[in-house]
Amino acid sequence: MALPLNYNIRNVLVRWRTTLFTVLGIGAVVLVFLGLRALGRGIEATNANTGDSRNLLVVRKGSQAESGSLVSREQFRTLRDLPGIARNAAGEPLVSAELVMIVSAPRRDEVGEANTLIRGVTPRGMELRSQVALVEGRWFRAGQREVVVSSRLARRFAGFEVGGTIKAGPDRLTVVGHFDGRGSAFDSEAWMDADESRALFDREQYSSVLLRPADDSLAAGLIQRIDHDKRLALRAEREVDYYSKQTMTAKPINYLAGILGTAMSVGAVFAAMNTMYASVGARTREIGTLRVLGYSRRSIVLCFLIEGVLLALLGGILGCATAWGLQVELAAFNVSFGTLDFQSFAETVFQFRVTPDLMLLGLGFSVVIGLAGSLLPALRAARLPVIVALKSL
Amino acid sequence: MVADPIVSIRDLSKVYRQGEIQVTALNQVSIDIQTGEFVVLMGPSGSGKSTLLHIIAGIDRASSGSVLVQGINVANLTESQLADWRNQNVGFVFQSFNLIPVLTAAENVELPLLLTALGRAERRRQVALALDLVGLADRGHHRPDQMSGGQQQRVAIARALVTDPTLIVADEPTGNLDAKSATDVLSILQALSRDSRKTVIMVTHDPKAAGYGTRSLHLEKGEIVA
Repeated sequence: MALPLNYNIRNVLVRWRTTLFTVLGIGAVVLVFLGLRALGRGIEATNANTGDSRNLLVVRKGSQAESGSLVSREQFRTLRDLPGIARNAAGEPLVSAELVMIVSAPRRDEVGEANTLIRGVTPRGMELRSQVALVEGRWFRAGQREVVVSSRLARRFAGFEVGGTIKAGPDRLTVVGHFDGRGSAFDSEAWMDADESRALFDREQYSSVLLRPADDSLAAGLIQRIDHDKRLALRAEREVDYYSKQTMTAKPINYLAGILGTAMSVGAVFAAMNTMYASVGARTREIGTLRVLGYSRRSIVLCFLIEGVLLALLGGILGCATAWGLQVELAAFNVSFGTLDFQSFAETVFQFRVTPDLMLLGLGFSVVIGLAGSLLPALRAARLPVIVALKSL
Repeated sequence: MVADPIVSIRDLSKVYRQGEIQVTALNQVSIDIQTGEFVVLMGPSGSGKSTLLHIIAGIDRASSGSVLVQGINVANLTESQLADWRNQNVGFVFQSFNLIPVLTAAENVELPLLLTALGRAERRRQVALALDLVGLADRGHHRPDQMSGGQQQRVAIARALVTDPTLIVADEPTGNLDAKSATDVLSILQALSRDSRKTVIMVTHDPKAAGYGTRSLHLEKGEIVA
């Protein structure tokens, strides 16, 4: 039978100074690990939150992203005339041919320029994206060199305020409004009239086509038809599926979290080990006494492992609580993060997201640190001959 | 008719190695101890009395010879069996009390019982009885640092007898106590031997303490001389 848990808790608390420093150290490691994972999770969540499950996105066969896709006007017309396409109240087919282009714009903090994505969108395209809503100014007018940018993007780029201008191709676009993409990938975009964008960037072709089947039961058939039509050489998939696959951008951050988390955890393991060795050293006679009373070596190992895990869990809770607090603060001040999207090569804006499963991961991470840090001291404690332990001062 | 001894030691030797030198702590010791005896082991420092006590209690191993306690050869038990055996058969009282500082008196006394199959309520009852027996019924919630040396040693005695062991071994139990506390502790040990038929084996330097025993054994250079 194991020693009572309150014995472990009191032993952790009684050496409160060393406990405090170890908890702070492990807490910092968990915070860094969790913070990086929260950034990666923010990117993933942004993509997962994008699109309408009723819509299909069509791109060129072989293209992984809209930015690398070309759809001709003829292909667009073929798609528009396919049977089974939904129509709006005015009887127009819900099909939007769009152009996606990259422009370079100066950052607001004057640290150079970054790419931003401009989407040439049709009125049907806006109709198909109900999660995007105007929050300031007005929408662009057809045939005008006007643009509406996401309010999150506007906070990151100079000249993106309403009334400002953006250099795009040979001309400048006037910002006439801000929209809110409600945490979706559209928060990283600026929208303008589709035909005007083709004229501005001198493009004959579109990048993609967004359409909605008249009924969800028709979606699979439409996807199959588009995919198998050799004349079209296009592929279709649900819009939400397309965005949920755009997770490549999160990978470097998740890798970094893994590498940095592992490197820092080595330090944390040594901190925990140091504390636990000190604890074993200070309690050698106590260990001998427990052995005399009948506690087995296994009980002693378990006792010190539990203490190490308790210590590390306190650090884990601290790290999780701090990460959570950070998220609340960042949300309160409407702070967004940006990084290069490796698929579009434009800046992608995302939120710091500490989710319950990430916090569980952080706590699990701290438990692993605790176990790794206390295993050797625990074994040392258990291996002490009883008589040697009892004679210790 | 003489009953079988509870402790039967034959040709017991213990040899330590200190670097290149061999030190004989016990040399061919043979003794029998009967149930209810209060045996006092005396002798100068290094005479082997504590080593003998530790071997009887199963916390040290002999180099040769046999130690039978209630017919069980302690030397044949594995480390894990020995731990169980100690828990069920031996109560140990140390010179420095060896209480767990973060636990209360009652929690310290309960420690050996946590290894038994007793339920929580029964454990609490046994702890209360043991503390009452040593006159500390009202001190169960106190931590060791809130108690005097004499009180701590009485808690240690309560812990030693709470599992109702066959043997109570005490290694200089009065060594760190004032005269009044020492008398209290020795009286308790004497009462356990006399009234409860517990077999008590005590190591001491103090001739006055030896007076509480039913038999004294003197060791010198690892041998029983008287």
